[in-house]
Amino acid sequence: MPLRTTKPKLAVWKFSSCDGCQLSLLDCEDELLAVAGAIEIANFPEASRAVVRGPYNVSLVEGSITTPEEAERIHKIRRNSRIVVAIGACATSGGLQALRNFQDVDELSRLVYAHPEYIESLNNSTPIGDHIFVDHELRGCPVDKAHLVEVLSAFLNGRKPNLPNHAVCVECKRAGVVCVMAAHGTPCLGPVTQAGCDALCPRYNRGCFGCFGPRENPNTAHLATWYLDQCGQTPEEVIRLFRGINANADPFRRESLRHES
Amino acid sequence: MKAKIAEKKTTMSRTIRADYLARVEGEGAMYIRLKGDEVREVKLKIFEPPRFFEGFLRGRSYLEAPDMTARICGICPVAYQMSSVHAMEQIAGVTVDGPIRDLRRLLYCGEWIESHALHIFMLHLPDFLGYESAIHMAPDFKAEVEMALTLKKYGNELMALVGGREIHPINVRVGGFYKAPARDEVRGFRDKLIWGMEASRKAVALVAGLEFPDFEQDYEFVAMRHPDEYPLTEGRLVSSRGLDIDLSEFENEFEEQQVEHSNALHCVHRERGNYFVGPLARYALNYDRLSPAARELAVKGGLDPVVRNPFKSIIVRAVEMFWAYEEALRIVDSYEPPEKPFVETPPRRGTGFGCSEAPRGICWHRYSIDDDGLIIDAKIVPPTSQNQRTIESDLREYVKGRTSLSDDKLQWQCEQAVRNYDPCISCATHFLKLTVDRG
Ligand code: SF4
Ligand code: SF4
Repeated sequence: MPLRTTKPKLAVWKFSSCDGCQLSLLDCEDELLAVAGAIEIANFPEASRAVVRGPYNVSLVEGSITTPEEAERIHKIRRNSRIVVAIGACATSGGLQALRNFQDVDELSRLVYAHPEYIESLNNSTPIGDHIFVDHELRGCPVDKAHLVEVLSAFLNGRKPNLPNHAVCVECKRAGVVCVMAAHGTPCLGPVTQAGCDALCPRYNRGCFGCFGPRENPNTAHLATWYLDQCGQTPEEVIRLFRGINANADPFRRESLRHES
Repeated sequence: MKAKIAEKKTTMSRTIRADYLARVEGEGAMYIRLKGDEVREVKLKIFEPPRFFEGFLRGRSYLEAPDMTARICGICPVAYQMSSVHAMEQIAGVTVDGPIRDLRRLLYCGEWIESHALHIFMLHLPDFLGYESAIHMAPDFKAEVEMALTLKKYGNELMALVGGREIHPINVRVGGFYKAPARDEVRGFRDKLIWGMEASRKAVALVAGLEFPDFEQDYEFVAMRHPDEYPLTEGRLVSSRGLDIDLSEFENEFEEQQVEHSNALHCVHRERGNYFVGPLARYALNYDRLSPAARELAVKGGLDPVVRNPFKSIIVRAVEMFWAYEEALRIVDSYEPPEKPFVETPPRRGTGFGCSEAPRGICWHRYSIDDDGLIIDAKIVPPTSQNQRTIESDLREYVKGRTSLSDDKLQWQCEQAVRNYDPCISCATHFLKLTVDRG
């Protein structure tokens, strides 16, 4: 074993999350050994006891900030990492747990715990980018394995990741998937959601529920009107649709608030 | 030198700690305080932040439960999806049968295979062989690691085949699926499953040859039991101490307690305290429901019909992985797509219960919904919160006879004792980190 290694160091960090996004890395069964050969996995507690000190070339950060401790810890990671990539809906918008942002946390805590005083929690679940500078955001709940591999190889080779930024709708059109909204009146967030899943839900005859988060400049108001007028949705249903896995992403948050009376 | 340390240890107190437990899902720590040979304190701390799922499920549609509860855990999303859809279907007064039920079992087999392969080879085996991780193991055990990755991959592929993707499948809905996979796609999976059965046999032989510490405990095992199947999604709750109840009676027998050192609730039996869920429990209580081939494999792996050494859970997991491949093959070979992929479940006021055998133990859910199908109240008891107290008691008992070990050794072995349970901390808070304090 050489004392010093020249391989770039990768670290994986977890904040408030379900572990699904970092599991995606272990799910790259075909690439895992090659990845492990090309880079040094310096910190990845879910997979290894070994801990190598920073600084790290790339840090993958999963999860959202929901406690005072997390709000502190993320800064240390930034200081110790050349590149920080936020992975998944939790890290890029606050995740499903950001539903707390629309409610009273003390009350939620009382609902779940007999002694809420033992629980330390912030009022809001916020994305990593609200706290530190993030070099790249990878969307999805969970992130797509191929995107993860692309982002890693891009940063390790000093280039920009090549990832889609159009809408899920476009993926449907390209793949010749029948529009669930036009054909069945099924409300779908596809027009305002960033591509990357290859129109997975519409392929399965269901509407997109926005797990990749809002695309750039989404016309959420127009879409909401469509839901109300053409899909026969109630304002409450429209709120629930925008207030899902990416509830705290700005365009989705604002749209859901607009329908609260 | 050795004698000197031993002498010191009888007079001094020390701490063994792991501030961030590795190779478990989620964030936890272990803390053990010793005074001489006496174990003073054992804590499994769970600092995984709470995410308040039960709280924000209120006011959501019953149809959203499978997509929302899946996000409690990226390792066993199907467990949450299955427990929640069964509860909602009970409220609707609907039973799902035939090919839809088979597809659910197929999806769940995929999750068992993926999760068991991950735990056996990547999270647990490195402890037995003295490696920090499977990746560190790979240069010396290349063929084994490659076999493990393929075993795991096929589990994932099965989940993607039925569920649309491996993590947080999108195809599951209350009443069934959005879309049934085509006959040829499913039947085409046959060869991979046959390979998986063979590889699982090798896995059993491999892990059965490991060295196991001499450690047995008299647990109360709790698992589901079905009239004719090894349990996955349906059945009653039974225990090795005579419990035999309907899912709806869970709260009469068990209660969740909050402790100051953990963000995860501890679930205990109201009278008998801690109990054990997961592979050892399932196996002990359903040995007669395993297929003949799986039972034969268990015997070959040196297992008795009841296994009380938690370190041997690695063999039981490998037997269960074989069973899951075999069960998947049975389903695949007879698959004909359902006419309609789901059963209608109109909203109806009521309370329903769902429970399923997640790879790491029972995952129990209760929901109440109103006339419009909005969730009024939700309660979710994940497997790891049920095992927490038993893990602490294992640690206490395990350390007792081994206080002469060095801190490093003791810490590693204690970590291994925790990993016996394949704890999923993300689940438990809706739970791990390690510390041994000799001070
Ligand atoms: S984004 Fe989704 S899959 Fe990723 S950690 Fe968060 S909840 Fe899990
Ligand atoms: S269609 Fe929408 S909800 Fe479905 S996987 Fe794609 S982005 Fe996620």
